[in-house]
Amino acid sequence: MAGFSMRPCGDFRTTYRQDTRIFDTTVVRNAAVLGVIAVALIPFVLDGYYVNLFIQISYFAIAALGLNILVGFTGQISLGHAAFFGFGAFASAWINNTTGIPVLLSIPLAGLMTAAVGLLFGLPAARIKGLYLAIATLAAQFILEDFFARAEWFTGGSYGAAANPINVFGYEIYDDFSFFYVCLFFLVVMYLLGTNLMRTRDGRAFVAVRDHYLSAEIMGINLTKYRLMSFAVSSFYAGVGGAMYGHYLGFVSAEGFTILLSIQFLGMIIIGGLGSVKGTLMGTVFMVLLPEVMESGVSALSVFDWASSTDVTDGLAYIKEMAIGLAIILFLIFEPDGLAHRWQQIRAYWKLYPFSY
Amino acid sequence: MTSQGPILQISDVSLVFGGVRALSDVSFSVQPGELFSIIGPNGAGKTSMLNCVSGRYTPTSGTVSFKGQDVTGLKPNDRAELGIGRTFQNLALFGHMNVLDNIMVGRHHLLKNNVFNGPLYWFGGAQKEELEHRRFCEDVIDFLEISHIRKATAGTLSYGLRKRVELARAVALRPDLILLDEPMAGMNLEEKEDMARFIIDLNEEWGMTVVMIEHDMGVVMDISNRVMVLDFGRKIAEGLPDEVMANKHVKKAYLGEEDDDTDDDEQVA
Ligand SMILES: Nc1ncnc2c1ncn2[C@@H]1O[C@H](COP(=O)(O)OP(=O)(O)O)[C@@H](O)[C@H]1O
Ligand SMILES: [Mg+2]
Repeated sequence: MAGFSMRPCGDFRTTYRQDTRIFDTTVVRNAAVLGVIAVALIPFVLDGYYVNLFIQISYFAIAALGLNILVGFTGQISLGHAAFFGFGAFASAWINNTTGIPVLLSIPLAGLMTAAVGLLFGLPAARIKGLYLAIATLAAQFILEDFFARAEWFTGGSYGAAANPINVFGYEIYDDFSFFYVCLFFLVVMYLLGTNLMRTRDGRAFVAVRDHYLSAEIMGINLTKYRLMSFAVSSFYAGVGGAMYGHYLGFVSAEGFTILLSIQFLGMIIIGGLGSVKGTLMGTVFMVLLPEVMESGVSALSVFDWASSTDVTDGLAYIKEMAIGLAIILFLIFEPDGLAHRWQQIRAYWKLYPFSY
Repeated sequence: MTSQGPILQISDVSLVFGGVRALSDVSFSVQPGELFSIIGPNGAGKTSMLNCVSGRYTPTSGTVSFKGQDVTGLKPNDRAELGIGRTFQNLALFGHMNVLDNIMVGRHHLLKNNVFNGPLYWFGGAQKEELEHRRFCEDVIDFLEISHIRKATAGTLSYGLRKRVELARAVALRPDLILLDEPMAGMNLEEKEDMARFIIDLNEEWGMTVVMIEHDMGVVMDISNRVMVLDFGRKIAEGLPDEVMANKHVKKAYLGEEDDDTDDDEQVA
């Protein structure tokens, strides 16, 4: 009975408050808290390579959650998410450089600015859907890329823009070690906010618009308002993720925010699971680790003579690039509900073990 | 109650789709507290009539007034806020949501939390408000006897249960006027009896005015205060159930098709 939530026997709820918790049992909640604590220990036990990977995962995961709210939860589409990610990166650097507002504040402010821009480019969604909307967002991607190249006052044009390091109580965060904790903080906060949104009025309205827009309207939901709001929220997340990215690198240039990155964001949420908050995180981890794992696979093979010939190593480099596309295709065919769904099934299996069949 | 004037007033409503006249100059009114049924053969324009009331369709001509206000130009969501709720002939649940969330969507226009304080949940008062409305939804769930499936995904339920959840969702809106499009279609006798009981309770205990489309004549005659008959988009009769049953046009246009011939002949003779 896939439709029923899986709980251990004897776990009864006596109040509605218990029944609306984010984590459905105390065990799961404790596991999540332990998970965060375990992640917080990474910089102490693992080397800088893993710290860097985690930092990448966090800013991408935040941006990807935004895209999942738009695509997975509201049922719209965007091929321009990378451009909003980029806009957030430039906006935060610009706010901080021109006004001196501390970076920790300029990051959420950049999110709000990006939300406004996302709202603007989302306006076509008030009228069009599906393929037509996809093309409209593709236009957003190219218009913004062009804007990055031209608006020197904002982006530094072809030189790019310098982004200051984060400053916490007068202490500048230059190294990955400290930045890691800033990322962990933002990741946890943004995912909690997203989870809460989805269990309150406006989050339900998004899903209602996705599942059956005509009856959503009959239930009192203003379709135009929620379609646009979804673009704004989505871009807010993209902006915050992009801003973190910018301040991490210390420098923002327009090249990184192409359609390829937009497709990668789509890959993250498809692989993780459309319409799943935790799936978004899983999908991002997958997409960030995939090239790394392939890289180490390539270097492991190079101990063989045949594998160290340039033909093979060049070929493998291409395969690495294609792997992303291949992963998306394979997931669409074999696991269309994504990693989150698979995870749910594994959990259900172990709960019923050994009586499952 | 009746001194306030009609809760719903339909005046000369026509609806044209290309060459098809789905409705031709239909007028009627429904008094507060009434249980009003619309009957007629398939394709008579019954669903189209409800769509004009709920805002899915805008009449080609004519007006729809609700509580004395002209709502002809209003969008469906604005009409929901004014107090019109409905269910659909072809199920229209939010298939991937669970039953409870489906019903909570009915509270949309009454909830105040939003995209800013909803995410802050514990701090902005959203949690408190959500739980209050959850309590109301649980009352609706108890009333419609669907507590055993409250966490089930709506799309996985049986037809009869989905119809019931749709009713629950519309009731959660706390409408003054509820429109039911064939609430008992495809149900077995027991399910029909339950549904009839719910509709009577909604009307009498919850104080909702009901406009219902239904094919089961037995139920319609039993529970309706008044009945209107549509045929080819025209109103051919309106009145008390007995009067309408006795009406010649009605027998010819509608009941004649369903009753068996000998019985019909005897009655006419
Ligand atoms: N959206 C539409 N487009 C075109 N024709 C429609 C539409 N909706 C209803 N109709 C037509 O209007 C007529 C009445 O349909 P309907 O109101 O669904 O009848 P009923 O509910 O009484 O069976 C039918 O001829 C139907 O084909
Ligand atoms: Mg119909």
